[in-house]
Amino acid sequence: MNDSIMTVFDKYHLIAAFAVIGLTMFLAHWVSKRFTRGRLHGSAIAILVGLALAWVGGVMTGGKHGLADVTLFSGLGLMGGGMLRDLAIIATAYGVRFQEIKQAGVRGVIALFAGVLISFVAGAVVAVSFGYTSAVDITTIAAGAVTYIVGPVTGATLGASSEVIALSIAAGLVKSILTMIFTPLTAKWIGLDNPRSAMIFGGLIGTTSGVAAGLAATDARLVPYGAMTATFYTGLGILLAPTVLFLAVRALV
Amino acid sequence: MVIYGVGLLAGCMLVGLVTGDVLGTLLGIDANLGGVGIAMLLLILVTGILKQRGHLPESTEQGITFWNAMYIPIVVAMAASQNVAAAFSGGLVALLAGALAMALGLLLVPVLTGHRREPLPSGDASTTSPAPGRTH
Repeated sequence: MNDSIMTVFDKYHLIAAFAVIGLTMFLAHWVSKRFTRGRLHGSAIAILVGLALAWVGGVMTGGKHGLADVTLFSGLGLMGGGMLRDLAIIATAYGVRFQEIKQAGVRGVIALFAGVLISFVAGAVVAVSFGYTSAVDITTIAAGAVTYIVGPVTGATLGASSEVIALSIAAGLVKSILTMIFTPLTAKWIGLDNPRSAMIFGGLIGTTSGVAAGLAATDARLVPYGAMTATFYTGLGILLAPTVLFLAVRALV
Repeated sequence: MVIYGVGLLAGCMLVGLVTGDVLGTLLGIDANLGGVGIAMLLLILVTGILKQRGHLPESTEQGITFWNAMYIPIVVAMAASQNVAAAFSGGLVALLAGALAMALGLLLVPVLTGHRREPLPSGDASTTSPAPGRTH
């Protein structure tokens, strides 16, 4: 029977990946509800589990593709590879309406640009201070500090190594999880109690899972306002990071 | 038909990626400059026009929304197939970069909000939370 399992998983690797990820998502959402009362977003937990599995796979096989190097799970490489990932990311733009950004007003738009920019600069400064010197590496890690999507998309288009891309995902994930934890704690202090500041908060922080979970823990009525601007954040990051911001980094180093 | 939606999505992606590639070549950089971002803008534009004219039935929409909903699972698969073991030694970079980005963002909230305040409408907002596929 073991042989049969191995054969089927190997032959139908993409299908096996769907099943494995489906189970991971289910468990992550269960943990989120059961143990954190939804404070830590299920998708953030799932990505954390994904990174942990990649670490296990890497240690087990000594390969460079995380869990995808384990024959049983080779389909993960196809499912999480650049082709399907970019297709799904582009699909998230569907339903975005530019009228929504008008409601957020000029300050909302300023918040969006400022948010992408300061996150990128923060990531770049940290990367440089840790001794990264290539423009591609610095840009990829900096883009990861924008969101855990902007990082890998930027890294893939610029040709960064898987190691640097993993770092950029981790940076975005840290930002998202810390946002979930610190938003309710600092809400009073930063004036996060009205739609206007919620929209600006969404534009500045931008990582949608972090913004939504953080605002939900603060005051659920603020969630749609923060989400309204945050929806544009990743798109703006994907547009700016591999282009203008990469060129700026390349000119500086 | 569902395939019309998937086809439209694929078409936008290809046009965006080719444009990004051409941009990269023009600027003398061996990379795709913003192809995914261009494709996103294109999808918003094209579906907006189609919807306005009533050419975007629900079945076509489903071809796009399916991939929208698959986005987080695909990101999880992507995370699971990265070289995390090698990145582990440099994990502090990720921790600091993420923390600094969050701290600066939170600090800027009161700066950009200013003093004007709008009252918060009453009622439960849980019904207007963003779609699950849009969490990033």
